[in-house]
This record gives sequence, structure tokens and C-alpha cells, in this order.
Amino acid sequence: MVTNVATLGRSGVHDFILIRASAIVLAFYSIFMMGFFITTPEVSFEIWHGLFSNLAMQIFTILAVVAVLFHAWIGIWQVLTDYVKNSQLRGLLQFLFTITLFVYVTAVLLTVWGV
Amino acid sequence: MIQKFSIYRYNPDVDAKPYMKDYELDVPEGSDMMVLDALILLKEEDATLSFRRSCREGVCGSDGLNINGKNGLACITPLSDVKAKVIVLRPLPGLPVVRDLVIDLTQFYTQYEKIKPYLINDGKEQPSREHLQSIEEREKLDGLYECILCACCSTACPSFWWNPDKFIGPAGLLHAYRFLVDSRDTATDERLDDLQDAYSVFRCHGIMNCVDVCPKGLNPTKAIGSIKSMLLQRAV
Ligand code: SF4
Ligand code: SF4
Ligand code: FES
Repeated sequence: MVTNVATLGRSGVHDFILIRASAIVLAFYSIFMMGFFITTPEVSFEIWHGLFSNLAMQIFTILAVVAVLFHAWIGIWQVLTDYVKNSQLRGLLQFLFTITLFVYVTAVLLTVWGV
Repeated sequence: MIQKFSIYRYNPDVDAKPYMKDYELDVPEGSDMMVLDALILLKEEDATLSFRRSCREGVCGSDGLNINGKNGLACITPLSDVKAKVIVLRPLPGLPVVRDLVIDLTQFYTQYEKIKPYLINDGKEQPSREHLQSIEEREKLDGLYECILCACCSTACPSFWWNPDKFIGPAGLLHAYRFLVDSRDTATDERLDDLQDAYSVFRCHGIMNCVDVCPKGLNPTKAIGSIKSMLLQRAV
């Protein structure tokens, strides 16, 4: 068994489940948003504001950005461990990507909070 | 007909770096031969050309080569199948070259060793004479036990190229599944414990290069999928 890992999940199985579960959430969110834009002829500030004032929508949005965090964290870790062999450089890149992902999460939290 | 070859040559004792050397072989019109036969004839002309072979009939797995970009066994690949003006022969990709077409398979065997390729039985339910299998139990080993460890699959797998020290690779995983489904083996849980990390099995992304090249027509991707299912069933 390989134990030196810096991914999100506790094991490969855990990673596998997280990456698929988050993909499902993201698929639903994308389909919902597409549906919204197709069925709404004109997206005015009121309609947009109304959509995000709904508690369910706020939770759905936060869930989606957390799914982005999980999905990208694991995915980027996999790509980096394949292609970046220098462990210092890999650590740095992983750090930068993860920080960026947390910035996304924080930005979404604050935005949804402010609606 | 003159068949042209371009063959990877590298002797670390004298060559600064690998190079491709051209050869020509007279193949009588209307006749055919295996790539290995051609190599043996070429070696009569140039005794320094090195390659491995043993059974020369697709059983031992020692002459895996990269033939015009695709891994396969030289002894069961006819020249007429390759259909190329120039047949390009290189060692299997991704592992260190010992000399010419001979590669160092240590990493491949280390991964194979990790999956404990032998029956483990705790002896708690000893049969009076021997461990019998039903026809159905035996059938589960079909498509798994035939592997000859030629390494064509693992050296065609990008995941194995990038992490040959951590990812077991298709050949080893095919064998891992062979022991996981064997009704006589009692170490299923321990075996799965050893495979559940983020590399050993889960580096397989289903690219299926392994299935594409296996000279025995086996399907490591399917076996890997079954291992993943076993791991998931245990986890949820
Ligand atoms: S699975 Fe096929 S290609 Fe891979 S080592 Fe076994 S026989 Fe060779
Ligand atoms: S299916 Fe998996 S094991 Fe086979 S070549 Fe692709 S990544 Fe490698
Ligand atoms: S020489 Fe044995 S498999 Fe080709």
C-alpha cells in the first residue's frame, strides 16, 4: 500500500467517492442554471436577486462551490502527481491551487451571505 | 522483397546515447515470417543486436517489443500484419533499457510481487483431501490466469509510465483480481486493504491501452473495474 499521499480523501476509495459525488452535484447545478437561462427570457437584477434570495438556492450554490473545491482538489492532486516530478515544485503548485479554491469558496459564501 | 527495419540500439558501455540503426532483410516473395524470426536472421548478420526470447511461440512472455508504435510479442506478430515499408522496433516504453531491445523489468516485477501472487488460505476450513472448486468458481478465473506477464500492457499504460513505483499497473492488477475471486483464497480483506490507497488501483483512469495491446486478448481494465467495485462495496 502507498501511504505518502497529500490528497483530500483518506484513501483512494474515499477520493473516488468524493470525486464522483461532487461531479453529480456539479452536473445538477449546471443543468439547473442552464434551465434557468433558457426559461428566463430576460435576466433582470430583480429576477437574479429573487433567485438567490431563496434559501434552497443559496444552499445549492454553496454546495456546488464546495463540490468544486473537492473535485478540483483531488483532480489537481492527481494531475500534479502524474506530471510534476519535483516534489517541492509540486507542493508549491498544490498549495497555490488549493488556496485559489478556498478563495472561490469564501467569495461565494460572502456573496450569497450578502444577498 | 526487401523488408526494411529501423531498430533501437543502445549499449551503455560504448554508446553515449541511443540511436536507430537501419537493417534490410530479404523476405522471399509470397512468404511470411514472425518479427522474431526476422530478428534472429538479422542477428546472424549483426551479432551485437540484443533481444530477449525463449519459447518463440507466445507462451513465455519474454519478447515483448514496441513494434511500429504498438506493444506486442515479436514471436507471434507476422511481418505481414505490421504492413509497413520500414518496421520500427523499439524496447517496451517507460522502463530502463539494459541494452538494445532488452529492458530492466525490476519495477514491473516489484509491483507484481506487491499483490502477493499466490494463494493464501488460513486453513480454518480444511477439506479432508483437497480444495475443490465448482465449475462456476473455476470459471471466474478465466481471462485472468492466462496472463504470461509479458509487460506489454503495463508499459503501454500512461498511469504506469508516470508512477511505476506506486501504481501496480494492469498486469499486476489482473493477477490481484485473479486471487481476489479465487474461492480457495481467504485473504480477500487483507488484499483489498493493500489496494485501497490513492495509487495502487485508483491511478487507473480507464484509458484501455492495456486491453488494446494484450497479445493474449485479456482485459485488465475489466478486472480493475471489478477490484474498484469490491473496494467500493466494502466502503459504503
Ligand atoms: S495482461 Fe496481457 S499484456 Fe499484460 S502482461 Fe498479461 S499477457 Fe501480457
Ligand atoms: S485502463 Fe487503466 S491500467 Fe489499462 S492502460 Fe488504462 S490506465 Fe492503464
Ligand atoms: S518468445 Fe516466448 S512469448 Fe515470444
